[in-house]
Amino acid sequence: MFAPADKAQADDTAQSLAIDEGKKLYAVGCASCHGTGGQGTSDGPSLVGVGSAAVDFQVGTGRMPAQQPGAQVPKKKVVYSQAEIDQLAAYISSLGAGPTVPTEQQYSPEGADIAEGGELFRTNCAQCHNFTGKGGALTNGKSAPSLEDVDPKHIYEAMQTGPQNMPSFPDTTLSEQNKKDIIAYLDAVNSDDTESPGGLELGGLGPVSEGLFAWVFGLGALIAVAVWVAARTAKAKKS
Amino acid sequence: MSTNEKNESRDRGKAPSGERVADWADGRLGIYSLAKANMRKIFPDHWSFMLGEICLYSFIIIILTGVYLTLFFHPSMNEVEYHGSYVPLQGQLMSEAFSSTLHISFDVRGGLLIRQIHHWAALVFLAGMFVHMMRVFFTGAFRKPREVNWLFGFLLFVLGMFTGFTGYSLPDDLLSGTGVRFMEGAILSVPIVGTYLSFFLFGGEFPGGDFVARFYSIHILLLPGIMLGLVVGHLILVFYHKHTQFAGPGRTNKNVVGMPLMPVYMAKAGGFFFLVFGVIAAVSAIATINPIWAMGPYRPDQVSTGAQPDWYMGFSEGLIRVMPGWEVNFWGHTLVLGVFIPLMIFPLVLVAIAVYPFIESWVTGDKREHHILDRPRNAPTRTAFGVAWMTWYFVLLIGGGNDLWATHFHLSINSITWFVRIAFFVAPVVAFIVTKRICLGLQRRDKDKVLHGRESGIIKRLPHGEFIEVHEPLSQDALYTLTAHEQYEPAEIGPTVDENGVERKVKGSEKLRARLSKAYYGEESQIPKPSVEEYKEITSGHGHH
Repeated sequence: MFAPADKAQADDTAQSLAIDEGKKLYAVGCASCHGTGGQGTSDGPSLVGVGSAAVDFQVGTGRMPAQQPGAQVPKKKVVYSQAEIDQLAAYISSLGAGPTVPTEQQYSPEGADIAEGGELFRTNCAQCHNFTGKGGALTNGKSAPSLEDVDPKHIYEAMQTGPQNMPSFPDTTLSEQNKKDIIAYLDAVNSDDTESPGGLELGGLGPVSEGLFAWVFGLGALIAVAVWVAARTAKAKKS
Repeated sequence: MSTNEKNESRDRGKAPSGERVADWADGRLGIYSLAKANMRKIFPDHWSFMLGEICLYSFIIIILTGVYLTLFFHPSMNEVEYHGSYVPLQGQLMSEAFSSTLHISFDVRGGLLIRQIHHWAALVFLAGMFVHMMRVFFTGAFRKPREVNWLFGFLLFVLGMFTGFTGYSLPDDLLSGTGVRFMEGAILSVPIVGTYLSFFLFGGEFPGGDFVARFYSIHILLLPGIMLGLVVGHLILVFYHKHTQFAGPGRTNKNVVGMPLMPVYMAKAGGFFFLVFGVIAAVSAIATINPIWAMGPYRPDQVSTGAQPDWYMGFSEGLIRVMPGWEVNFWGHTLVLGVFIPLMIFPLVLVAIAVYPFIESWVTGDKREHHILDRPRNAPTRTAFGVAWMTWYFVLLIGGGNDLWATHFHLSINSITWFVRIAFFVAPVVAFIVTKRICLGLQRRDKDKVLHGRESGIIKRLPHGEFIEVHEPLSQDALYTLTAHEQYEPAEIGPTVDENGVERKVKGSEKLRARLSKAYYGEESQIPKPSVEEYKEITSGHGHH
């Protein structure tokens, strides 16, 4: 008679345990800015309804907890373990429904269309992140970070939740398959395994770094050569 | 040749084949006298005189590689689906121009290397012309009789910019397409005729289906044709005027001290061509340039951050990026000052340096020929103007790359923009003043060196206990070199009353010229060079160390 209830209670307990632990972590690491109940303060936004995906992204990339106020909170060393991040996420999602952490099947680049992803990336992302996700400047000291070697899960979560200055791209805007395609494109053009067929990429930043390179190493080398040639005259004595 | 010699040569039998070929050619082309006059032409030795050669050789490299690229490039905007070997673009729709550029990059043997040599050589060509032009500017090599050649060179630089821009636009990739879009916007901002010009250039609405084919004709035929003509003219004038040289013993305004073209400079220049080709090829093999596959095909609804033109157009990008977005609306028309003003300043930046030689020659009123170069310090106002102009140019380059300055130096892009707005007006003035002071300081140092010799670093104690540093007198050669330059007197307005006591009206231009001349050559602007009397007085040993 009590058996089914027991089972249900056991499930609840695991979940509520995680929430409890998460709440304790939250009180120590997050509450000073986001408020004791996640309602937000003048120093940090409300976390009600941001979902576990937002927590996993912000804490999992080291952006949160923030070090100092500024134009933007940068990526840094991750301070929580994945288990702790999951507990924090459980607590935050208990405050209100929001996007959840994607499963590996959702974000893995397997079986995605790279070319389609490239077109989507150039249409939706390149304005801020550059052609192949090398990053770019935004107003007043903010910036769109480089996407080189970012964990596919974090790319997926960023699209879902729109962290900081980024707009969010929910499934109604970019479908699950679209997100997968974009991740596959980034994996192809901007990761450790990416080949640059023409040689050094020079940061992949376009004509500014190319111009600098042409001046310093192209013309610089040629002037050095010119000095060398001019120093060798046909005179018998060499000074 | 005397009859005797003729007989002798007949006795010797048939002339060697080389001589017979030369004879055959001379009889038909008359090259002997031309070669005789020019083959022994003397060129002075200085590394900075080889900057022009870097430009010439990179231009030749661009032509050679460009010809190869035309064999495979399709200047067409027909839409095709890509099925080449670059996976991340498989199945994408693109213009034939873009897909043939991908084909050159990935499927034509040596195609990518040739493309990169072509593009790197173009950047080096423009950079070389810039430095070459500055060398000519700062040494005063533009003075009579070389003003026309200065203009030829300037035109080559400007045409090079536009040849580069049209070439960069040909692959029809997302980066260059954004550049062409910007150009279209600039044309549209021209009052009244802007829209007509844009429709004329693009054959209708942007981007249309014409511009790649049109830019192609301009890029491979029209502009390079004009440039080739100018290069030939430029070189003929170099031969005709003879090369300038720095002052030194034995070098006068009437001679050229150096090595003959044949064989010394033939060997040097020929070797230098291969060195230039080698350096550019090495750069092209090491570093990628304009990776259009990473940028994707152009579509008017897409844009990327970090969309800049090649460096030589960077200052125009700076002008547009820092200009406030002013706009005037009247009677249903919009005047986009935020774009139109930069479009008007763009030629002004270039013309400012181009007309300088004429301003200087008007101020000095000097109609003589000058074949001896100035040291920059001995023409402080000119040097200061040149540095001010370069500062102006560089400030605009910062504006053109403001986003990368922001991300790489962790600055706010807004602060950089404001810095450039202010520095656009202030930095050249500061650079002018600072440079002039440095030049005057260097002139004082030269004077000191001439009169007191070189500081030897040896400290001597005199019998009465005083310590002095021993100064070594300069060699006669060094003394000559340091005092060879001539110094102008500031021009006066001349008598305003003629011999009959009639007052003559002084024209405004005369007053301006006198004022400018004073600014150029007055007491504030040059240190009188040491005279022979001063030198004798000091070196006679009466009362001086």
